[in-house]
Amino acid sequence: MLRSALNRIFGMLIVMTLVVTIVFVIVRVTPGDPAAVMLGPDATAADIENLRERLGLNASIPQQFISYIGGVLRGDFGQSIFLNMPVTDALWQRAEPTFFLTVFSLLIASVIALPVGVLSAYWRGSLFDQAATTLAMFAASIPSFWLGLIFMQFFAVKLGWFDTSGYGGPGASFGERMHHLVLPAVTLGLISSALITRFTRASMLDVLNDDYVRTARSKGMSEWRVVVKHALKNALIPILTVIGLTAALLISGAIVTETVFGLPGVGSLIVSAVLRRDYPLIQGALLVVAGLYVLVNFIIDMLYLIVDPRVRY
Amino acid sequence: MAAIAQSGFREPNLLMKMASRPTAMAGLLIIIAMIVLALLAPVISPYDPAQLAVRNRLQPPSWQHLFGTDDLGRDVFTRVLYSGRTSITVGFAVVIFASIIGVFLGLMAGFFRRLDAPVSRLIDAMMAFPDILLAIALVAALGASATNVVIALGVVYAPRLARVVRASTLVIRELPYVEAARALGVPTPVILVRHVLRNLTSPLLVQATFIFANAILAEAGLSFLGVGISPDIPTWGTMISVGRQYLDQAPWIMWFPGGAIIITVLSLQLVGDGLRDFLDPRLAKDV
Repeated sequence: MLRSALNRIFGMLIVMTLVVTIVFVIVRVTPGDPAAVMLGPDATAADIENLRERLGLNASIPQQFISYIGGVLRGDFGQSIFLNMPVTDALWQRAEPTFFLTVFSLLIASVIALPVGVLSAYWRGSLFDQAATTLAMFAASIPSFWLGLIFMQFFAVKLGWFDTSGYGGPGASFGERMHHLVLPAVTLGLISSALITRFTRASMLDVLNDDYVRTARSKGMSEWRVVVKHALKNALIPILTVIGLTAALLISGAIVTETVFGLPGVGSLIVSAVLRRDYPLIQGALLVVAGLYVLVNFIIDMLYLIVDPRVRY
Repeated sequence: MAAIAQSGFREPNLLMKMASRPTAMAGLLIIIAMIVLALLAPVISPYDPAQLAVRNRLQPPSWQHLFGTDDLGRDVFTRVLYSGRTSITVGFAVVIFASIIGVFLGLMAGFFRRLDAPVSRLIDAMMAFPDILLAIALVAALGASATNVVIALGVVYAPRLARVVRASTLVIRELPYVEAARALGVPTPVILVRHVLRNLTSPLLVQATFIFANAILAEAGLSFLGVGISPDIPTWGTMISVGRQYLDQAPWIMWFPGGAIIITVLSLQLVGDGLRDFLDPRLAKDV
């Protein structure tokens, strides 16, 4: 087991290194001088030279790479060009709406998807199953920003239950801020529930056909106990995996949803960074999100290793 | 050919298999209908998608304007049809581009043991980035244009294809006929193309259909955010982004392009599901 754990840690470090490399390379594929692109057409040669110096673009590529890795290891993701503050501070300032949006959407998605997925597998082929499977596929076809606008039109514009955008402005109480998250979280939660439903159903189907489920039934155990105690318990690990990975991927949904609802979160920060070509900020965001994904993946693998002694890496 | 067909050895073709699954068939027909509508846009609609008619702006749906008019008085129905051209073309181009990279990487990783670990780790690292996030970062670096959106999304989806290709190649590599070809001295590139790639078409086709669906959604997202295709070119995403500003006065501007996206993506998913069920029975156990 220790050996497997070490193998996995080693593998994760390699992937992390590759992630940092990809993030470093992305900005280097810019045609022309990134400093000139960032400053726009009105910049003077001196401004560009100044920025090149600040970004360390005058060093050779390998040197730049080494100093970039060094910075990342020290937790220094560079300076945002437009906000004029460290990238980590910029991301941290915007973390709250994104954090709660992710948590709430995940809760909504799980509350819908777990029971629906389990029942769908249990009543496989029934009308319920067909309806649930079709609905999940339908939900996976809806662009999240469009669903957000539809909700906004109905609940905010027509009924006036919510503000159409923002996060309550400065000095808003926690309750007011959360009120602004209701529509975005429902939007994102409904759409993410599609993936989790499908996965829960598939994992349950896998387990429901296993020998121990048949054994449990033949012992005369009640159906409820068979499904919940035996089947669901065993299907839970793959389901948790998907929920964990969905959490990391929700940031992608947050980018679009935050923009729709004008939430000052990490997602909308990334969009404005892209529009302003604030490369250090884009790089920092990429690194944090991909890093979280790799980390969640790694933690799940470790959990498997602990929970299931047969697993070896 | 007729003799072969009569002898009964010939497998029923793809279309006939599709016909046995009504949902997949319906998906296929809708996709074809969407493509035909987009192609025949000038024949179907009497309006020019760029024709301004400011006096007619923000008209609700009517017999003259089936889907209403937008902020500049342009016919929304016509623009939905023309947008289909861009959105479907971009989606398809992404599939082609992603397939080229994905198949190459997957074959290399699956066939050559030495390349497996490095290529697989690269795939893992690429898959750590959420699709929209990596795509907007790439578009930001490359510059916003339709071509660069295709490149960015192609790079984003290639690793998923590579994973599928690698997994299948690992199995095919060990099959007797590959071994036989090797023993006969068939050059490796020929083995790769003629014996391995040919047997990969089923999983590849299934995956490509789903990537087509995802690419249409992702392109719409990028265009909506204003970080993809130029707002002057009508796509379903840019139309929704315009409609967003008139949510209270003219919600139909964003209703219909959204509907077009849903119909197209849903049909592609139905086709993909159907294809998977009969091309790859191992994966179909949950149906």
